Amino acid sequence: MNAHPALAARQHPVVQVSNLVRSFGRGPNILDGLDLTIRAGEFVALLGRSGSGKSTLLRTLAGLDTAPAGTVTVPAERAVVFQEPRLIPWKRVWANVALGLRTPDARERAIAALSEVGLSHRLEAWPLTLSGGEAQRAALARALVREPKLLLLDEPFAALDALTRLKTQGLVASLWRAHRPAVLLVTHDVDEALLLADRVLVLDQGRIGFDLHVNLERPRHHAQPAFATLRSRLLRELGVEEENPEEPVEELRAPTRSRAPAASSRRLEDAVWSASADALARS
Amino acid sequence: MSAAVASTPAASTGSDRWLRYRRYLPPLLIVVLWQIAASAGLIPTRTLASPAMIAGTFAELISSGELPRHLLVSLGRVTTGLGIGVVVGTTFALIAGLSRRGEDLLDATLQMLRTLPFLALVPLFILWFGIGETPKIALVALGTMFPIYLTLFAGIRGVDAKLIEAGGTLGLSRREQVFHIVLPGALPSALVGLRYALGVAWLSLVVAEQINADSGIGFLVMTARDFLRTDIILVGLIVYAILGLSADQIVRVLERQVLAWRPSFLKD
Repeated sequence: MNAHPALAARQHPVVQVSNLVRSFGRGPNILDGLDLTIRAGEFVALLGRSGSGKSTLLRTLAGLDTAPAGTVTVPAERAVVFQEPRLIPWKRVWANVALGLRTPDARERAIAALSEVGLSHRLEAWPLTLSGGEAQRAALARALVREPKLLLLDEPFAALDALTRLKTQGLVASLWRAHRPAVLLVTHDVDEALLLADRVLVLDQGRIGFDLHVNLERPRHHAQPAFATLRSRLLRELGVEEENPEEPVEELRAPTRSRAPAASSRRLEDAVWSASADALARS
Repeated sequence: MSAAVASTPAASTGSDRWLRYRRYLPPLLIVVLWQIAASAGLIPTRTLASPAMIAGTFAELISSGELPRHLLVSLGRVTTGLGIGVVVGTTFALIAGLSRRGEDLLDATLQMLRTLPFLALVPLFILWFGIGETPKIALVALGTMFPIYLTLFAGIRGVDAKLIEAGGTLGLSRREQVFHIVLPGALPSALVGLRYALGVAWLSLVVAEQINADSGIGFLVMTARDFLRTDIILVGLIVYAILGLSADQIVRVLERQVLAWRPSFLKD
């Protein structure tokens, strides 16, 4: 029952961001007083329009953006997977995964991590000979071998073809179940966010404009009616009006619970029907 | 299907071989015509020795030990000069490539010097270093330094910043990022520079050995000129060509080894 999202949510926060402000040059604030808490083991997806600052927020949490104002607390054990695999072309696949590990068993750990993502047959391959999906799996192994408390995924599936994307999403879900890092997944894809995440955040005007708890049973399917409803809701939040919204979504809005809600965010919780085993377990 | 695929290369092997060697026929034909014209007395030996003469002189110079002696001297000058040029060029490129302050210190000066035709420095070098070995080695070193500096500097600056950033997220220190990512990433460009530097090295040597030398291939050629020995001059030219080609081949082999990760080499 470790996989219970509500249980995970009760655990201590690993990421705490308050009043984060970031602008580039003399432009407007990309991030404008943003607050965010991610708890241990929680899978959070971050949606937002292009240019809304999703990647800026991820880079701040990764320690790659050094000039923000505000308070940011992140664990030291964190790892990033980017949209491009960013494997070092002149290091063999296992050496890429072992890069930066400082224990004598680095190679063994790298091999174990690569086996976990199904690449044990490609240990000695040069990265440029890998397919797109294989390279991204190697990048996942390289992140997970560090046993991160926070795993940052910056649109890691965006460059993959549709079938590979589905498989890689499944892999991320199972890796998350096995290792339980807190995850922040930046994505454009509403379906992907709903398939994977405990919480889906929408970044709007520099803040978390919308915070949705997804209490759908895992593994999730597009065919679930609740899935379609949440999808419509998120799309509207992102400014996409569907031609035939399946349900009037306003009915779903539930009263905000007291569980540490960000002041500026609207919360849509428990938007799922009792058919879910999660809901049964909670009652 | 597999039988058909397998039979295709087998069937075309003969014509493939013919196509490959066909391109060497015209130069061979020229040599043959040259020999016929020389034997018929159409080309005076003072203008151009015949291929047979050149071959004979070649054998003679080798067996007498004259050619190997001069060759060793020339090779010594080239390797010393190239060694100094590579070390200095690499050092400058690392200083300028890895730090902004280093770039400000060195790059403008080196870029200005680079535009100078360095062979024009010969008179100055003779005044500074006399007519011994020093000006010859210095000329080779100067000529080879620039291609090494330019290509390694450009290579370092051209390394994908995204890879360096990824290295940072993997917990690599700045020193480790340079060692694991920046320098290997700059290597392809630096090897192009090395090939170019080898060409420049021979060029500088030819010029350097024609001024006040008492040994080396260049000296051999200049002395032959005084005695109207076109056969020896041509032997010298052939030796230069062989040396240049072998040096290029060595770098190719080196590239194949250290750049094995590149897609162009992966197919072999």
